[in-house]
Amino acid sequence: MPIVPVLILAAFLFSMGIYGLLARRNAVMVLLAVELMLNAVNINFVAFEAMLLDSMASGQIFSIFIITVAAAEVGIGLAIVLLIFRNRHSANLDDFATMKG
Amino acid sequence: MDFTEPLTWVFSILALVIAYTGFRVVTSGNLIHAALALVFSLAGTAGLFLLMSAEFVAWVLVLVYMGAVMVLFLFGIMITKAPIGYDAELDNQNKGLALVAAISVFVLMSWASIVAFDGEELRGIGDPTSTETLADALLGRFVLPFEIVSFVLLAALIGGITIARKDNSPAEEGMS
Repeated sequence: MPIVPVLILAAFLFSMGIYGLLARRNAVMVLLAVELMLNAVNINFVAFEAMLLDSMASGQIFSIFIITVAAAEVGIGLAIVLLIFRNRHSANLDDFATMKG
Repeated sequence: MDFTEPLTWVFSILALVIAYTGFRVVTSGNLIHAALALVFSLAGTAGLFLLMSAEFVAWVLVLVYMGAVMVLFLFGIMITKAPIGYDAELDNQNKGLALVAAISVFVLMSWASIVAFDGEELRGIGDPTSTETLADALLGRFVLPFEIVSFVLLAALIGGITIARKDNSPAEEGMS
């Protein structure tokens, strides 16, 4: 099977993530979009690993690292969202523009 | 692509599922539906990983992402008292610019991958990477990043608890 369709699928998922990151208003939805982008990168890593057949399986190792760091990122991100919600009673990113010049 | 191969059909169906649910994650007007669409997108990705001979990573994805992270997301959606039903105010005014950015990134990345990797084959299909190989690499050559990641998780654990807990330390209670 050729690799190009897999790469195009990953590019599509990544651009959907960019769209969600810029267009969404709710902080939790922005985190969901970030997960989508990380997932696209995972697909690319595994596809390149299947193409290059590295003896160490480096591509798969790196996607495991990405999954781990993404889990940590979601934990911290939701903790921050929770704290902001407790102080401002809103999870809407447009309300947090107090540092805007 | 060769549509006489069964593998191509399996890939096409998985790709359609992943792309459609990924699209729904960012366009759905309902927070819970968006989170569930991400679950299906990740399930399709796990199937794609199984197809591309990365069995261990596929099951890690199912356990960590679809299990733990999605529960965390649903928890986050519900605790911020987001409207559970349809909400037209979910997108901001940057929609047009965001669409332009997304489409240009998609075109650029697709063009680059077609130019750079046209004719390359996924040779690893049908020859699954054993967990033994992964374990040898993870605890051999990649042992330093492995340890660093464990510290990252520990820092995230402590940081998450510290940020999210209610702030009533003994010193502040004494003052007030």
